[in-house]
Amino acid sequence: MGFLAIASVAMAQNQEMTLVKKGKYTPLYGRDSVQVKVMSFLLDTIPVTKGKFLEFVKKNPKWQKSQVKTIFADDHYLSDWKDDTHLNPEAKQNEPVTNVSWFVAKDYCKCQGKRLPTIDEWEYAAMADKTTPDARKKESYNQYILDWYERPKIPHQQVGSTFKNYWGVYDLHGLVWEWTADFNSVMITSESRSGGQNKNLFCSAAAVGATDLMNYAAFMRYAFRSSVRGNYDVNNLGFRCAKDIKN
Amino acid sequence: MKLILKKNIVPRILLVLGTAIFLSGCVNDQSKKKYNDTVDIPVNQEMTAELTSPPYVPTPIGKRMAKKLIVDMEIQERKGQLSDGVSYMYWTFGGTVPGSFIRTRVGDEIEFHLKNHPQNKLAHNIDLHAVNGPGGGAVSSLVAPGHETVFSFKVLNPGLYVYHCATAPVGMHIANGMYGLILVEPEGGLEPVDKEFYVMQGDFYTKGNYGDPGLQPFDMQKAINEDPDYVVFNGHVGSMVGDNALQVKVGETIRLFVGNAGPSLVSSFHIIGEIMDKVHVEGGSLVNKNVQTTLIPAGGATIIELKINAPGEYLMVDHSIFRAFNKGALAVIDAKGEKNDKVYKGKIQEGIYQPEGGAIQEMPLSNNEKEKSSEQAEILTKEQKIELGKNIFGSTCIACHQASGQGVPGAFPPLAKSDFLNADANRAIDIVMRGKTGEITVNGKKYNSVMTAQTLSNKDIANVLTYVYNSWGNNGTEVTEEMVKKVREKK
Repeated sequence: MGFLAIASVAMAQNQEMTLVKKGKYTPLYGRDSVQVKVMSFLLDTIPVTKGKFLEFVKKNPKWQKSQVKTIFADDHYLSDWKDDTHLNPEAKQNEPVTNVSWFVAKDYCKCQGKRLPTIDEWEYAAMADKTTPDARKKESYNQYILDWYERPKIPHQQVGSTFKNYWGVYDLHGLVWEWTADFNSVMITSESRSGGQNKNLFCSAAAVGATDLMNYAAFMRYAFRSSVRGNYDVNNLGFRCAKDIKN
Repeated sequence: MKLILKKNIVPRILLVLGTAIFLSGCVNDQSKKKYNDTVDIPVNQEMTAELTSPPYVPTPIGKRMAKKLIVDMEIQERKGQLSDGVSYMYWTFGGTVPGSFIRTRVGDEIEFHLKNHPQNKLAHNIDLHAVNGPGGGAVSSLVAPGHETVFSFKVLNPGLYVYHCATAPVGMHIANGMYGLILVEPEGGLEPVDKEFYVMQGDFYTKGNYGDPGLQPFDMQKAINEDPDYVVFNGHVGSMVGDNALQVKVGETIRLFVGNAGPSLVSSFHIIGEIMDKVHVEGGSLVNKNVQTTLIPAGGATIIELKINAPGEYLMVDHSIFRAFNKGALAVIDAKGEKNDKVYKGKIQEGIYQPEGGAIQEMPLSNNEKEKSSEQAEILTKEQKIELGKNIFGSTCIACHQASGQGVPGAFPPLAKSDFLNADANRAIDIVMRGKTGEITVNGKKYNSVMTAQTLSNKDIANVLTYVYNSWGNNGTEVTEEMVKKVREKK
């Protein structure tokens, strides 16, 4: 643990990015027909920390909690902070920042010369376990994710405290949910069993087989994404940034 | 003569008075107005709905008019006890499994406030089977952690309805405890009774097997296979036994609101030792009488009315009976009161009847096989005895004493870390050989049931007891055939 903590301090300072190489994957939606191409991109190895975010709001007072406009962030915005420029005493610099809206996450990344990852990029990078780029058919991978979804939140868990995946990315599973640029473009309607465009979603969930088991975990992410709006700030929702590769 | 005259006059006066009241009622009281369509029932005033945790239900609606009813419900993801030593991460409506009971009347307009606690991890929603509308409310109610969603509907059909979370993956949300009951009473309310209770069955799928200790995660493969480890009433094993048994008095009228959440199993709901006087089939308007066992579909409910006539403990079970004795689907109604010999005389004589014994019976062996088995009769090592004993335990003892020797609380004593067992090996041999009746105290708890004598050979008894003594934290005694022989000869 000591080693991990030190390692994550180092990462937090550099905010390293890592290359996720291009490929194809079949997302949960349209799994029978559509394969999605994901171009190579860079992704932060860890989620944005409270420490980094504190620096950001100090430089950008409009994103301090007393200044922020409600259309960009609701009442929960940074609700676990002491005040505009101080964390709670028990909070650590290296915890992932949460209770942040999509708007501020987007602006944060922009200020770093980066952007939020798309759903496809995020899901593509998150298919990997420690050793393989697509571990979705492994039972251990799915059980790990489901176990996390079920576990109560561990307070003050630090970035880099979960596993490093095939691409060198930490914490995609097991720490916090993360914003994506187009989080609401794939709607699982709140009535997830209904017909129309989403018919396949539910039917596939009801069928038997490994591909369906793997969807269980993904379903929960999509349902979560569908439940939030851009100005929502959720206790267990943070973000990380991505970047295009220059030619 | 005078007296007789008076007697005749009194009823007549009452009749006249009664007619007058009846007439004036027709003219003046708007509440008696009948509506062809319950959609047209007007509401007046606003009130906050009383919500209760199982096994309790809110106050009956009585004669009240239809109202705007505010329902305030908070979703909580919280750890709880699934069984002794087994914990589970429940997802709940209102902090309990099943969720809070909602009581309404036909024509009520429900304004539903669904709140997702900020510490929760997941998005949730609610589908109430009492709703006439897309998704039963699910379409309107998806809510992120730390947020609240408000939607409204009018209840049109009287009956008892299930509600549950319908966020993907739906089955998992239900399997983790997100369900409850909403009652829609007819105008004027259900007939008054002395006691009402809220009972709901659900199945649980855990990574470990039944009784495996610690925090048990949800097992999705078992769920898809519809192979639950636990089938329980009100969210956990033993929710209504011992001090928590439903308390009633002999002669009281009792109404049970019983739901079945599934997600997979259909319940053959039965009360051991009682006949259900009335059953509102599937929670609807059809009433069946004198029912022994009623079927409650997954995602369905039923209203049961009964009167208990003799004092004692009555077990509510899913009569798919292994679920009751091996998976937890067992609850107790404890009826106190005077004995009524006309109804039930109780035990007239007590003894053990053992025409064939409880052990597994076998076909006679051929000569070949006999030779083989006599070869096996060589002296066994302790490890071999444990191995053989384990098989005997699995076929003979496991049904009552359970796979990990934990027993069934209130019914069958534990063998695991049992002070009673560890105190005296010869007594244990005697009990296996000759059976046991009457009260014993094991690990501080009293048990009063019958263990039948087991028709096992000396060798089998030695092996199975050696297995038991060398499992689950017991003292490691090795029981020999010699010891068993001595006990057998003693009598």
